Amino acid sequence: MTQVQFTLNGHSTSADIPPWVTLLDFLRERVHLTGTKKGCDHGQCGACTVLIDGKRFNSCLILAVSRDGAEITTVEGLADGPILHPVQQAFLDHDAFQCGYCTPGQICSAIGLLNEGRAESREDIREYMSGNLCRCGAYTHIADAVEAVLEASK
Amino acid sequence: MRPFDYVRPATIGEAIAALNAVPDARALAGGTNLVDLMKYEVARPSRVVDINRLPLHDIEETAEGGVKIGALVSNADLAWHPLIETRYPLLSSALLAGASPQLRNAATTGGNLLQRTRCHYFYDTATACNKREPGSGCGAIGGVNRNLAILGASDACIATHPSDMCVALRALDARVHVEGPDGARIIAFADFHRLPEETPQFDNTMRHGELITHIELPATRLDTHYSYLKLRDRLSYAFALVSVAAALTLEDDRITDVRVALGGVAHKPWRNEALEAEMVGQMPDAAVFSRFATALLHDAKGQGQNDFKIDLARRTVIRTLTQAAAATPQPQTRKSIL
Repeated sequence: MTQVQFTLNGHSTSADIPPWVTLLDFLRERVHLTGTKKGCDHGQCGACTVLIDGKRFNSCLILAVSRDGAEITTVEGLADGPILHPVQQAFLDHDAFQCGYCTPGQICSAIGLLNEGRAESREDIREYMSGNLCRCGAYTHIADAVEAVLEASK
Repeated sequence: MRPFDYVRPATIGEAIAALNAVPDARALAGGTNLVDLMKYEVARPSRVVDINRLPLHDIEETAEGGVKIGALVSNADLAWHPLIETRYPLLSSALLAGASPQLRNAATTGGNLLQRTRCHYFYDTATACNKREPGSGCGAIGGVNRNLAILGASDACIATHPSDMCVALRALDARVHVEGPDGARIIAFADFHRLPEETPQFDNTMRHGELITHIELPATRLDTHYSYLKLRDRLSYAFALVSVAAALTLEDDRITDVRVALGGVAHKPWRNEALEAEMVGQMPDAAVFSRFATALLHDAKGQGQNDFKIDLARRTVIRTLTQAAAATPQPQTRKSIL
């Protein structure tokens, strides 16, 4: 067992875990934050995307112990009480999901995209959101939602 | 994933010692490939040496006008670093053609060189694969091989190296700095990855216990006439069927230096300096590029499903050289080919 400490959605969290536990399994199985989804578990679908120190990562490919001390934000940590994060609100406004399974990863990825500050056009958004698959095919509305937040921030 | 012993050294010396103490120890950097391979039980290290706390996160200029990149710099940070964007835009472009934004945030410079092939048979432990299990055979020869090698393959292995970044590094004549129990050494990029021959289990010429510490880029003037063109089965987030890194310099409309490296076609980034030299002094026109591309693919051999890649590679070389000569590099967010 190895001790790890995270700032998880603003709260200090520590645990003793075996080194082979991924960050995704730590979030879902140890601290029961099940908003972050397990899709492929191999870094191919993006459903497990979380923010670490403000950057987006596939939590399924990260050993939790290797990020000891990090600040982690999951979909549960985005809203400010009853006020949704602008990206969450945009996903509602633009009907940017159908089944919703990929949505937490899409939202965290979109926030990572905005933090990076590199996307300027819809074409850029499509490319920089390509790490998140949506099997319902809601891509058009997802791009609409991200574009709306990007435009509002300009 | 099988259980393993986990250590997190603070210095390069401690990391090398921790790797050397256990014959099957593996270094963990970004983990985007190693953790995945451990889940499939293709990689089964009894010790994982987490090198993420080593002081290898910087990008600095060298006295010779080049750049030295720490092995732990992420692919995203490297692609978007001002020194790389301005002096080595070919490298930035290749990096941004690879993987997804999430993976580029995690994947490291050193790890990119050491990633394993994505051949289906290498990943599937129920099949034969000489790279995974030496002597077991090759399921890909006569099997599903659409993505696999057309150059430099052997009867033992037709795997390709999957990196985009390494294709640009090969074109830029990068040098790989490694450190191990016997000290530090520098490996020319051309000599870093190897062809499969009869020992495909060895992807490269590093020895056990060695760590990549830096990648060094020499000074170049390849910041204007360059392009990285990647063709794949979907428009983004897929490995290359064929990719080409091309860069050249021109004086009085004549080629003075030209580099062409191919990805997705061989066990290592593919380049032929002797053929490149024949273009020096010529005009950068379609006839010259076409003659070069035909000669470059002369010895290519298909495996059935990937026969189409021979002509695709030839035409991609011509198109990428044309983009480079015109100083109109392929943007990675634009999906129509320039």
